[in-house]
Amino acid sequence: MKLTDDEKAMLDGKEGPGRQKAMELLVRYGEALGAEKLVDTNNVCVAIGASGPFLRDMADKTGSLDAVFSEFSLDAGEVVEIPEVKACTYHLIQGLDPDHWEIEGVDRSVYELHLKGLAFAARIGIQLMNTCTPYLVGNVPVKGEHCAWMESSAVIYANSVLGARMNCEGRESGAAAALAGKIPYWGYHLDQNRLGTHLVEVEYDVESVMDWNLLGYYVGEIVQERVPVMNGIRRLPNLSKLKHCGAAAASSGGVELYHIVGLTPEAHTLEQAFGGKKPVATLKFGPDERRVAYQNLNSSGKETAVDFVMLGCPHYSVEQVGEVCKLLKGRRVNPNTNLWVFTPRALKDIADRNGYTEIITNAGGILMTDTCPALAHVMPKGTRVAATDSGKQAHYMPAILGVQTWFGSTRDCIEAAISGQWRGELA
Amino acid sequence: MKKIILHGRKVVGGCAEGEALVTTQTISGWGGINPVEGVIIERRHELHGQSFKGKVLVFPGAKGASGWSTRFHVARVSGSAPRALIFNEMTTKVALGAVVMRIPAVTDLDHDPLDVIATGDWVKVDADKGIVEITKKG
Repeated sequence: MKLTDDEKAMLDGKEGPGRQKAMELLVRYGEALGAEKLVDTNNVCVAIGASGPFLRDMADKTGSLDAVFSEFSLDAGEVVEIPEVKACTYHLIQGLDPDHWEIEGVDRSVYELHLKGLAFAARIGIQLMNTCTPYLVGNVPVKGEHCAWMESSAVIYANSVLGARMNCEGRESGAAAALAGKIPYWGYHLDQNRLGTHLVEVEYDVESVMDWNLLGYYVGEIVQERVPVMNGIRRLPNLSKLKHCGAAAASSGGVELYHIVGLTPEAHTLEQAFGGKKPVATLKFGPDERRVAYQNLNSSGKETAVDFVMLGCPHYSVEQVGEVCKLLKGRRVNPNTNLWVFTPRALKDIADRNGYTEIITNAGGILMTDTCPALAHVMPKGTRVAATDSGKQAHYMPAILGVQTWFGSTRDCIEAAISGQWRGELA
Repeated sequence: MKKIILHGRKVVGGCAEGEALVTTQTISGWGGINPVEGVIIERRHELHGQSFKGKVLVFPGAKGASGWSTRFHVARVSGSAPRALIFNEMTTKVALGAVVMRIPAVTDLDHDPLDVIATGDWVKVDADKGIVEITKKG
């Protein structure tokens, strides 16, 4: 890989051992990818917390957060002192909600480790957004901005809807980018890799959040990590719908970039989306494909008594929190069912002021922040059957948490929370 | 014993050998594996419940969430990593995962490894030279 003088200086240790290890990792990673060079970045989203499962044991054994960062964020092979980040860096979702950790079933020792982790992140200059949706709370990259983000649902949103340039980074490459302000110039940083590969003729009139989940889930499973171009969308979606579509496509497959003809910034026309090339394959999304996606997402569901309703994956926009309140107002969640709704902490502040938090609380639900069940392995105690309006969470919960999971509309989920029974259907 | 040689590109250098575990389906890290035990846990995956620990993992590529490398990183630290990786589709997830597992990895082979290699074959990977040597089972 060709390195610039400032990159060589970091690699030689002129800026200390922390940045040296970051550069070493970026060079190993860039060479593995086959990248020719690195590119400057000043927009990094990472998770460095050690309070999640697996890592907390490592944190206990090693005793210091410099040690955890050296191993799991830099693969450094030795413990180095971690300097302040060079790029503007934001923290993604965390392992618990500091206001609800006891209800989430988290041990005090893990909570205390979490607080240490927050202080460590703040000390090295990482902004504590603590959400999987940084684009909802102020980190909105501009078109063409080179970024280094983890979190597949955020990457696909920023690439596709905003036209920013990034690959789905991992914990180690993201942390190295934060310290060095560099990332391999590879994949979706380059024009030619941003063109569509698969044409999706959308024949179903995709409208609701549920439909957008199903479209994303279906397309992702077929195109895997390629670039689908959706053609024929008749109704303008909003941020929340595109958020769910991307998250689902990045779960059933590895989609990091999609285009919607006439809507997203690199697809004013079909021709622009494909750069004048022919699609490698054409697929359609009609009523049958929608049903297949729905059945796949519901394949773990057997018992209709629902213990746990999870909303807010990716973290809910304040619009979605408001919608839940409309459905919930004046009603009570079933005593045998828990309702947890997740939103970024910065939006919870608005929810507090708007009375949304009070409505959810009075109904017997909880508005939570900073974490999510599948990521943090947190659930109400004894949960066997869950329900969600998120294709992503429905995909992951059965595997990660071992619970049956129903997928449906937001309304289906609220009705399940009220009645304790799953009655969702594909209308 | 019949031997087949494939040529490809080094992703991470080094040499290793072991029994092949082959899947035609992409693999998720986060939500796809239990890293401590080295087992595939994705519900609808054809390798559901199978262990990749100590195997030469032959697969199309990575999919899913950005926790891919972290999960496989934990697998390495837990002693449950595969011995080598052979895959088709290059992504940041699989590249970074291979880097932090510090195991030999190759891609861009001259024949599709998913057609040539079967589960149970004995596979030698010399990633520095980009050579994969397959001894068919039985």
